[in-house]
Amino acid sequence: MHELAVAQALVEQVEAVIDQHAASHDHDASSSDAWQASLIRVRIGPLAGVVPDLLASAFPLAAAGSRAEHAVLEFAHAPVQVRCQTCGAETAAAMNRLICGACGDWHTQIISGDELLLESVELETTPTLTPNS
Amino acid sequence: MCDTCGCNLTPGNKHLAFKPVAKGATAVSVLKGLLAKNDDQAAHNREHFDRRGILAINLMSSPGSGKTALLEATLTALKDEFTCAVIEGDLETENDAERIRAKGVQAHQIVTGTACHLDAHLVHDALHHMNLDGVDILFIENVGNLVCPASFDLGQHLNVTLLSVTEGDDKPAKYPVMFRAADAMLLTKTDLLAVLDDFDPDKAEAHLRNLANPAPVMRLSARKDLGMEAWLAWLREQLAAQRARVATGQSRRPAIQSDGVKYHNATA
Repeated sequence: MHELAVAQALVEQVEAVIDQHAASHDHDASSSDAWQASLIRVRIGPLAGVVPDLLASAFPLAAAGSRAEHAVLEFAHAPVQVRCQTCGAETAAAMNRLICGACGDWHTQIISGDELLLESVELETTPTLTPNS
Repeated sequence: MCDTCGCNLTPGNKHLAFKPVAKGATAVSVLKGLLAKNDDQAAHNREHFDRRGILAINLMSSPGSGKTALLEATLTALKDEFTCAVIEGDLETENDAERIRAKGVQAHQIVTGTACHLDAHLVHDALHHMNLDGVDILFIENVGNLVCPASFDLGQHLNVTLLSVTEGDDKPAKYPVMFRAADAMLLTKTDLLAVLDDFDPDKAEAHLRNLANPAPVMRLSARKDLGMEAWLAWLREQLAAQRARVATGQSRRPAIQSDGVKYHNATA
């Protein structure tokens, strides 16, 4: 269950994104707390070793009390794809059979399926706390 | 600088990355590895090692496959040749560190409590409890677990994954994330092959190749001193390679990570 550790890292990164965004957008520093995440999009491939369902259940624990607390966590799934170094074909593969789908050679390179990425964060402000909007 | 990880965002162009979504809402494109903080710490650890010319090796396997026994035999064999040090990771007890210290080798035990893996921060804290002067090879014995440790970079140069012959030759197919990360796979306790009729070392190797992993496979028994010479020769070779890298200001990450970096840069 290392997904909790991953969820904590995710919340930290979202907090950092909010800080960065607030610093560049709010001239009134006192309103920076008003930003919060509404949607968090992550891309996880099967070979990343992180299970999206487990991350989804760990997320509320990690996000409690943070500015990501009310955010929806959305997953973009990355199918496993390999590029053959022998014949050059790009084919789909099973995560425990990363061989070329065209010629069967095992000298392949993963081109998709090992991602563990924070893609984007949607931020919103609470209307009562945004004097400028 | 690239277009995938967010490192190209500067204070000057940052506003271009924000797209309005609805009134009062903003989308921020990040595209950063979820474990970026761990990876930064791992890079820092790697700098520690490289500055001192140390080769750092992360040992991973299921519990009971013989990581500590392998270390005991390895440290004894290399005693007069190199200075080694060991970081032990376990949920509880100081037992493994004590076994290493009994060999006259410096060891620091990380007790993770309930955590199922080591991360770069735990290793960094451990490094501050150790004297790294004159150390040639640092072994990091990860928590026995074929799942979680594979996802966390510690700053090591190489991953070595053990598979004992009592476990089943299809383990690489069952735990692909772990075995894909291996820079070398050791089949351990091979002295027991004689009494096991269901473990085929060639099949284990074939399962590893199915993960597109070209890592060398070495068969050994630490307890019975079988096949240890190939493993020790590999270690010597890797230490020489690490010293050559350090001399030219280069470093190395375990194969799996550099593969990912290659891909993400290529598509930027």
